[in-house]
Amino acid sequence: MAATTATTPPTPTDMPAVRPTRRRLSLGRAAAWTVMGLIVLITLLPFYWILRTALSTNAGLGADPANPLPVDLTTSGFERALGLQSAEEAIAQGGTGGGLDFWRYLVNSVIVSTLITGCQIFFSAMAAYAFARLRWRGRDQVFGLFLAGLMVPTIFTLLPNFVLIKQLHLVDSLLGIALPSLFMTPFAIFFLRQFFMNIPHEVEEAAFLDGAGKVRIFFRVILPMASTRILTLAVLTYITSWNDYFWPLMVSYSDGSRVLTVALAIFRAQTPATGVDWSGLTAATLIAALPMLVLFAASARRIVSSIGFTGIK
Amino acid sequence: MTIASSSPPFRRRGDGVLAAVFIAPAMLGFLVFLLWPTLRGVYLSFTRFNLLTPAEWVGLDNYVRMVNDPIFWDSLGVTVEYVILNIGVQTVAALAIAVLLQRLTQSALLRGIVLTPYLMSNVVAGLVWLWILDTQLGIGNEIIGALGVDRIPFLADETWAIPTIALINVWRHVGYTALLLFAGLQAIPNDVYEAARVDGASEWRMFWRVTLPLLRPVLAVVLIMTVIGSFQVFDTVAVTTAGGPANATNVLQFYIYGSAFGRFQFGYASAMSVALLVVLSAITVLQYRLTRAGRSDLG
Repeated sequence: MAATTATTPPTPTDMPAVRPTRRRLSLGRAAAWTVMGLIVLITLLPFYWILRTALSTNAGLGADPANPLPVDLTTSGFERALGLQSAEEAIAQGGTGGGLDFWRYLVNSVIVSTLITGCQIFFSAMAAYAFARLRWRGRDQVFGLFLAGLMVPTIFTLLPNFVLIKQLHLVDSLLGIALPSLFMTPFAIFFLRQFFMNIPHEVEEAAFLDGAGKVRIFFRVILPMASTRILTLAVLTYITSWNDYFWPLMVSYSDGSRVLTVALAIFRAQTPATGVDWSGLTAATLIAALPMLVLFAASARRIVSSIGFTGIK
Repeated sequence: MTIASSSPPFRRRGDGVLAAVFIAPAMLGFLVFLLWPTLRGVYLSFTRFNLLTPAEWVGLDNYVRMVNDPIFWDSLGVTVEYVILNIGVQTVAALAIAVLLQRLTQSALLRGIVLTPYLMSNVVAGLVWLWILDTQLGIGNEIIGALGVDRIPFLADETWAIPTIALINVWRHVGYTALLLFAGLQAIPNDVYEAARVDGASEWRMFWRVTLPLLRPVLAVVLIMTVIGSFQVFDTVAVTTAGGPANATNVLQFYIYGSAFGRFQFGYASAMSVALLVVLSAITVLQYRLTRAGRSDLG
């Protein structure tokens, strides 16, 4: 990977917009738009379909599987997923009656993801600053070592990390889930270092002449300048930790540390293979996915343009 | 960077102490949760270890067992089949989407839409498609039925299960991959296209003669990353088929997980992880060489 870091293409936002030349609607362009429309359809239709299913009754779904609208419109699936229904009521509606407290898992997911995102980005930004703007012996060698860490597949560190977390008596705790990704990822450091390196030195020098030390420059000048990059990284990190399943599955055993992804898989495993509670399951799926959709909707405009090639190298 | 080499007056002395402070937390994380576990994983692969008693050195026993374990080879084969399908379809589709986004419109809304499945966890994506592809009630089979084709038990059939899981993961990841490629396309100067158009080149020809060669370095890096990610498939299998039917989707990660947490054979599971690491490193080096990823045609 080292060789690819040699070149630093500007971020796409810095580029002059490449406007497709306006041409009359040719057959080729019409075909291309049709393909694009098809892609959008395949991308979005599943979202509508789980909403439609979540708002149906299980009996209705069985009777009318192809109905494009919710069958017997109801919020019963959501009530079941959120544990608002009594066991008898849930079983009557086609649920299992096995209680799962999705509010609690939602809170757990928020705590874990927020903790990871906040700490990981702050510590990674500090390290990225040291790698990009401070001068010290062995800097490039240490950075090379960190980069090599990108190549280690996650599965490889998971088993030994589990053994370590167990020895620290942190199994089945939220801290145990968060700890391995709390301090850094090579990706985050790389992502921010690329940006810090391109900040002109004049900016730092001006602040230095005003009497600011390097710590102050980092907090007052560099970090604010990088806010869009940091926002992008934060959203990506939040999504990744929110969606993580394998590691929390290993570490978490009880409700106290259960996050949404794990709870959702358990909800799925509880429903019998025949007569799955699809209405409840899709409602639970929506509850698990909704926070990320909201987060993305709020930040999409800025982050979509800033996910660039500079970020992945 | 030429700017970095010129040293402004205030940077004359080194920043050793400050750098040490700034890098300390990241270094702690790197050493404790990345470097140390990597070394420990290699060590554990030479031991018999069940978490309850101390690890016992057994030399190459785990590796001998692995080589003679037909289930290991099966799961490696299943994983490779998955990777080929997943990467093949995903790369072509992502490239198509990226080029359409670039040549057709610069709409940020469309880019946002394409990225939405990436917001779902693999667990959610797995469940959504499990429902859509359900043999009895799924809309997927209703549509197929309407077209006059027999129902397909997508995830319950040995031949269909792996391709289905591969396509589910394409659905979730293709938008992100497309955006990375799109960013790479943005770096290709527009005059190259203008010049090609003046020469009378068609869009199709421009794609093969301009876009693809100039995108190659970006494509290579994206490919290496997605292959590494794809080898580590686990979540989708865990929620949809749990390795079945009849081990047809028993991918390597799933087998490793089962060995460790189902049968508490941490040594054996570590040995298989080492094997996966070796395979991935070899593929990365090979891919890097073959695609000459370091060199750009742009410069």
